[in-house]
Amino acid sequence: MQLLSQLKIGQNAIITAIEADEYLFHRLSALGFRVGKPLSIIRRANFNGPLHVRLGTTDVILRDTEATRIQINAEI
Amino acid sequence: MKRIALLGMPNTGKSTLFNRISGASARVGNWPGITVDLMSAKILIGGHIAELIDLPGIYDLHGFSEDEQVVRRFLSNNAVDLVIVLLNSSQIDRQLSLVLQIKKLNIPAVLALNMADEAKQSGITIDTESLANDLHIPVLSISAKYGDGLPKALQAATQIINQNQTATDPKVISQLLQEDHQIEHEMEKLIQHHVQIPTTFTDNTTDKIDKVLLHKWFGLPIFFVAMFVLFQFIFTVGKPLQDGLAWALSLFRSGLLEPIFVSSPAWFSGLMLDGVYNGVATVAAFVPIIVLFFLVMSMVEDSGYLSRAAFLMDSLMAKMGLDGRGFVMMLMGFGCNVPALMGTRIMRSRPMRLLTMLVIPLSLCSARLQVFIFIITALFTAKHAPLVLFTLYVMSFLTMFLTAILFQGQYKNTEPFILELPPYRFPTLRQIILRGWHEVKHFLVRASKFIVIGVVLVWALTNFPSNVPPASAGTYAGQIGALFAPILDPLGINNQLAIALIFGFVAKEIVVGALAVIYGMQGDALMVHMATQIDWVQAMSFMLFTLIYTPCLSTIATLRSEAKSSAFMWLSIAWSLGLAWVVSFVFYQGARWLGY
Repeated sequence: MQLLSQLKIGQNAIITAIEADEYLFHRLSALGFRVGKPLSIIRRANFNGPLHVRLGTTDVILRDTEATRIQINAEI
Repeated sequence: MKRIALLGMPNTGKSTLFNRISGASARVGNWPGITVDLMSAKILIGGHIAELIDLPGIYDLHGFSEDEQVVRRFLSNNAVDLVIVLLNSSQIDRQLSLVLQIKKLNIPAVLALNMADEAKQSGITIDTESLANDLHIPVLSISAKYGDGLPKALQAATQIINQNQTATDPKVISQLLQEDHQIEHEMEKLIQHHVQIPTTFTDNTTDKIDKVLLHKWFGLPIFFVAMFVLFQFIFTVGKPLQDGLAWALSLFRSGLLEPIFVSSPAWFSGLMLDGVYNGVATVAAFVPIIVLFFLVMSMVEDSGYLSRAAFLMDSLMAKMGLDGRGFVMMLMGFGCNVPALMGTRIMRSRPMRLLTMLVIPLSLCSARLQVFIFIITALFTAKHAPLVLFTLYVMSFLTMFLTAILFQGQYKNTEPFILELPPYRFPTLRQIILRGWHEVKHFLVRASKFIVIGVVLVWALTNFPSNVPPASAGTYAGQIGALFAPILDPLGINNQLAIALIFGFVAKEIVVGALAVIYGMQGDALMVHMATQIDWVQAMSFMLFTLIYTPCLSTIATLRSEAKSSAFMWLSIAWSLGLAWVVSFVFYQGARWLGY
């Protein structure tokens, strides 16, 4: 099992599961985080800052706390 | 009157559309069932006068953020005849959910697809006609920014309004809102049938700009330089405007008002001129800065750079319970606290917004800088002066961080930090000007009464009883100063300085003028005299106290109106007064103990 927070910059992945409370789940799904959707990591801010993720036509930034709730299957 | 609500996700250009339809006539208003203000405007549509309401941007009608609750409560308490749902065309694949959620509530709706140009560029095509047939609601492509397609959309809205259906009872809506329908399948089917999205999608221009602006090492320096340039712009353009306004106001006073009040009793002309009119002038002095500030802010916000600032600053700000957008406002506070406080409205989480508002008044604003430069010139050598000023800036930052760290548990942010990074866009001049206008109107309506009353009060304290010289120890202000002597003496703050502090409560700009009245001298003579009255330790202690104790009446009035809570205002005042005392006490007693 891999988490979004562990993904390297430039890597692509498919979302396999989202384990979040209802609040976070709603927000994530509204922004396009749904099981089966592909995403890629564009960059990460310095000093363990937020991740810049691209999902389809949407660019999103999120912190590690939120990224650990998303399980992914990384493309090799 | 018919009621039309405007609904959409954040960053879809909803406010732009609202401004385009309503123009300058929009006003802020309260609504049953909700505690936040919403913008609304009366518009003429198909011969009816209708009320158009700009609902907060939300992702999900069933979500849990504050804004999402606001929208639900609004719809559960106010009958709506039509909802105009605005979507970003390039993100229709996920934003369509909002339309389907509204449809489940049986509220008549029109779907407006914004930013068709961006969608076209990235190769997305939407068959609006067939989509409309499947959705059973009108679907129209528009450009909120330039107004293309807007007449057609309004026409569609008119047709629905003219059908004169009775609006669904909000109670029914309230019940329907509790059901969370599964719409994903429906959404996918609609997208498959009516929308074509290329498999690979990249916005090259935005990507290229991001490579520079979000660069691992250059991103932050560029951000600071950009902030500094904007800051300089606001205050180099603002200063002459403020000076010009002050000149015009004093001309009006000496040329027109003083002759009018010349024959009236001294107390009355004092009340009208030094009290009420000065209060009005204090309010007016903020107008140019607020306009310029929001001119710049709306550029930063609408261009999409603000979310980038959040990305760059987040790792540091998260430790203090704040986010990067708060940092932009904190920086702006070093120019002027008032617009910085108003700017915190971009933060959608109330606890985080309150925490930021608690921190901003501690930033060393340009008005406090004037006081410090005067006192530093009077009491410190040219060699020491820069160091003293630098120390004050450092203290300002330290008290801000301390406040944020201490209060972050109290104002715990519960909203997850997930932000969209919109593509870079050019804001239009119209958007920028309307924003400045709305903000100034907001400030004048909400804060001016409070400020004028405060100025009158301080005038009364420093001018009564009338048988003693103004601002002397015999006035009420002097008596209050004497009353607080046991508290202020350990800080090295004498009675004269205490009276200056009472003046400083109104505005820091008048502290130097107040000292002139208190000591009965001006300019260089005042500086020389002050140097004989107090030593550098006292001066430093006074400056530290002035920096922290309370920003100014206008800031307090803004704090109260933005937080919508007098209790929060009092908390802010009490905290900064307490902190000021502790800092000055530690400094003064420490310096004395060390033998200075």
